[in-house]
Amino acid sequence: MSTATRFASTDDYVKGGVEIIGADSAPRYLFSNMFEVASKAQAWERVVVARNLEFTIECARAEGESPWFICAHDETCLVMQGDIDIHFIAAETRPAADSNGAQRVAGVPAGANMGHVRLARGHMALLPANAAYQMRARQLGVVLLQSIEGPLSVQRWASICQH
Amino acid sequence: MNTAINYDAHRATPDARYGYQVFTIGSFSFTRDEYFVRVSYPKGTYVSDVGLFLRAMMRDVAWGFFYGWVNFDDVFGTVNHYGSVDVFVGSYNAGYQSAGTDFCERFDANKLYDCFHALLSDWTNEGFDPFAAPLETGSPYGSKHGNNDAAVNFQRELAERFVGSPGDTELRTDARGFTVNRQFADVPQDEPEVHTEPGFEGQLSAFNLFAYLSRSPVTWNPSIASVVGQSAYCPTSEEHMLPILHGNDRVEWFIQLSDEITWQVADKATAAPRAMITMKAGDIAAMPADISHRGFSPKRSMLLVWENMTPGLEERYGSGELAPTAAEF
Ligand SMILES: [Fe+2]
Repeated sequence: MSTATRFASTDDYVKGGVEIIGADSAPRYLFSNMFEVASKAQAWERVVVARNLEFTIECARAEGESPWFICAHDETCLVMQGDIDIHFIAAETRPAADSNGAQRVAGVPAGANMGHVRLARGHMALLPANAAYQMRARQLGVVLLQSIEGPLSVQRWASICQH
Repeated sequence: MNTAINYDAHRATPDARYGYQVFTIGSFSFTRDEYFVRVSYPKGTYVSDVGLFLRAMMRDVAWGFFYGWVNFDDVFGTVNHYGSVDVFVGSYNAGYQSAGTDFCERFDANKLYDCFHALLSDWTNEGFDPFAAPLETGSPYGSKHGNNDAAVNFQRELAERFVGSPGDTELRTDARGFTVNRQFADVPQDEPEVHTEPGFEGQLSAFNLFAYLSRSPVTWNPSIASVVGQSAYCPTSEEHMLPILHGNDRVEWFIQLSDEITWQVADKATAAPRAMITMKAGDIAAMPADISHRGFSPKRSMLLVWENMTPGLEERYGSGELAPTAAEF
């Protein structure tokens, strides 16, 4: 009896898929694989792999240091591959309170150092509203960001989903 | 369809044959014997295996009738109208519809909850946990012997913002009674390091979601781990078969975190088959708002269910204002 838990990575993933057996079509299920998406993405590009109206889950290829991001609402980061540190700054300049999604900050934001979290696979961090954050990957990784559609959200369903 | 709400409380009467109470609410009566449940309704009789029925009833009760349709099988189930709930036989089955033997009655949600909860408590025997995978628990069958109210009253953990944040739901530990499941014995239990500078105490938060899931004592019972606006991460551990066919009243997403689940997808209105979807670790798929789905997980697996809790979505999808799919390409 095998009970080994199977996780996957950009080097070692096998996709399942949609089989149509009645009146239906595969694109309705928006079927993709996060490790395939990350394999083909630019570092820290925020590729929308799931959306539910305005809400998103964005997949990022974690490689080196990310730009600094800031967001007017909470987000979360789930590490699916790699070891990743996230550093936080209480930014003096905040995004508009009613703005949605992460925004890029040019350079390093001015403000007090809030601290950092050190994450490995399976770990999840809160990205608190109005705290600027930078992700630093200690090797190639994959993260899922729970957010809201914003200026950095990249949607390319036709290239990531099963047709 | 009659949409008048029945506010009458249920009745429970003793039945000496097998020791289980008979439950009656509105036009329905529910009787159990050693193996089966028998539901009588004005147009006929419905019979099912009592183990399947109790596992489905456990989810319907624990989730407060959930989002949309909770189909116990292709014939019997409930529809949540958020305050009132339909109980139906055959209303979403093409065969019953064409024969005219389908039937539906709408109940006050609290009254129906009280009925179903009392039934679940009375009909669950000592040694049977309807939340557990079949290999982890005893038999549901036989004449009435004892109960398992500790299992039946299990409460899922619903974070309001983020697991482990100040004042929010806690991590799962041995000390709290959450031990590592036998099928997740190889999942690392290390917790992330959180280094918070003075003055920002309590503002940074992180935890090991995979360890959290490895310690889930139940199957097919999502908790809430994080909330962004109305976006809720509802991770869950899955083994064997989802005891219901969930009919969506909104779009829902699945992110397969580990191992593998196959989903059987059917038309929500007729139960006609539509698709089979196999999801392996790292796969992501949407469930459109017009289907029902049932999952099969051969090994215990980690699934991230992602829900949009925005009030009123059921009406916006139901009226056709919103398309049933999450995106078009
Ligand atoms: Fe579902």
